Amino acid sequence: MRRRSRWLRAGALAAYAFLYLPLLIVVVYSFNDSRLNAEWVGFTLDWYRKLAGDNDMLRAAGNSLLIGITASIVSTALGTMAGVAMHRYKLRLLPILVLMPIAIPEILMGVSLLIFFVLLNFTLGLLSVALAHIAFCIGFVAIVVRARLAGMDEALTEAARDCGASPLQAFRHVTLPLIMPGVIAGALMAFTLSIDDFVITFFTAGAGTVTLPLLIYSMIKISVTPEVNAVSTLLMLLTLVLIVIAAKLSPSLLRSDLDT
Amino acid sequence: MPHTSSSSSAAAPGRRLARLAKWLVSGPPVLYLIVFFAAPAAIMVLASFRTPGEFGGLAPLTDDAGKIDLNTDSYLRFLTEPVFLHVFVKSAWYATLTTLICLLLAYPVATLIAKSAKKHRDLLLLLVILPFWSNFLIRVYAWMIILGPNAALAKFVNGALALVGLEPVPLLFSAFAVLTCLVYVHLPFMVLPLYANLEKHDQALLDAAQDLGANAWQRFWRITFPLSLPGVYAGAALVFIPALGIFAIPDILGGPDDTLIGNLIKQQFLETRDWPFGSVLSIVLTVAALALAGAAAWIARRRGGEALA
Repeated sequence: MRRRSRWLRAGALAAYAFLYLPLLIVVVYSFNDSRLNAEWVGFTLDWYRKLAGDNDMLRAAGNSLLIGITASIVSTALGTMAGVAMHRYKLRLLPILVLMPIAIPEILMGVSLLIFFVLLNFTLGLLSVALAHIAFCIGFVAIVVRARLAGMDEALTEAARDCGASPLQAFRHVTLPLIMPGVIAGALMAFTLSIDDFVITFFTAGAGTVTLPLLIYSMIKISVTPEVNAVSTLLMLLTLVLIVIAAKLSPSLLRSDLDT
Repeated sequence: MPHTSSSSSAAAPGRRLARLAKWLVSGPPVLYLIVFFAAPAAIMVLASFRTPGEFGGLAPLTDDAGKIDLNTDSYLRFLTEPVFLHVFVKSAWYATLTTLICLLLAYPVATLIAKSAKKHRDLLLLLVILPFWSNFLIRVYAWMIILGPNAALAKFVNGALALVGLEPVPLLFSAFAVLTCLVYVHLPFMVLPLYANLEKHDQALLDAAQDLGANAWQRFWRITFPLSLPGVYAGAALVFIPALGIFAIPDILGGPDDTLIGNLIKQQFLETRDWPFGSVLSIVLTVAALALAGAAAWIARRRGGEALA
């Protein structure tokens, strides 16, 4: 028994190392005073300084931020509605519409939206990307909100209704405050998903619009410079903070609810 | 909303209000997803029966004589040119290998988390999902560094190969790089459902088996593993389906032989600009993914029922 648990520990430790070493290497090399990502030469902040003066990078970051904020606000509103509706009512269409975008490979949504926008003569750019991001974020928000509602005492809303509150009042003053942690967690998830998305953005951005992941993609396809390490480190730091907060607000994030 | 005579009872206003609330709450997300998910998907199905345009995209829907042009040419092309089926088989093979390796790696992690003290579990789980939430491209890029020709790993491997008199091998831009990264990116999807399952196992069953003389190996294969199958199937679906449609990993880390369905689809839409054929490939991928997800859910439910009975 003892020996077995030692093997278990070693196996699990190896898996955790496998998960984190690659990310750690990116972070470490972002401080490396060498153009090659091959060996440690010395400490420098040059790559971060370069980043701050790189106009393409700043524009891409601005675009990502704008899309991320828009997509997370709209998808949080729609996703919360979807979560509430899925919890309260027996609906057939909504759960399918909400979960399909999550269940199928991302590329499918990317190419179908590309056809859709081009056929409608809708200019590909910031707006088409934001509209696409909203579509896949709704499901994630809905799942977190529904998980929160499932853990809530429905009698509270009923009590408010019995006391004469209108459905809207009951929602606004009782249900919404109670599910707020789930809603905020959903918003943070949506923002993270949007700012990190590569595949769907790749197909819906068109030629002129660049977001951070698109810029990183073209940089690593052409030539790898440690500037990529620096921007990656910053991006990882941002998502790390957001997701830790989201996980604290909504522990259901840690369960395997991604697929329900 | 149609006004029916049956709704004129005393409770009618309340019921009508409730129905209105239902529409108000579920309407906007349904509408949004119909416009930006279902409609594009339907258009893609239609596009798969069209003729490619002279300069990319789609040819006009009606020909000179005003006849509507819908055909199955692109489907026939997919079925008759073996190179496309070959790419599909290769993608399925990569996704299968990815799923199996993920299962091997995820089992000890999920077991360890399920067996650790309750207060540590959330942290250990968070550590599993955090990499999933960090940027996908960065995780692919990290392997470019690790497997790069000047990095320590390549030097070590090729040094060892030189010692036994073998030619050096490139680690980057190879099937090895693609598979490693596929496993890396999808591992959390296997750990989560597996953990959710293992956590529910009753320790008493294992104790009973031990009392009856079963050794650790027997206890695992006769009890733990069969009971964990619903989690295994759920995890397998969560890994296999996205792995099947991946395009960025072979695009960045793969060599010329590592073209998968995702790359083929990307080519059709962005390079060849043959939308009908790209749509056919996408539809085949969707059908395969949904069939697998459905099968996994069905097996998991049946097996889950059996295991509990």
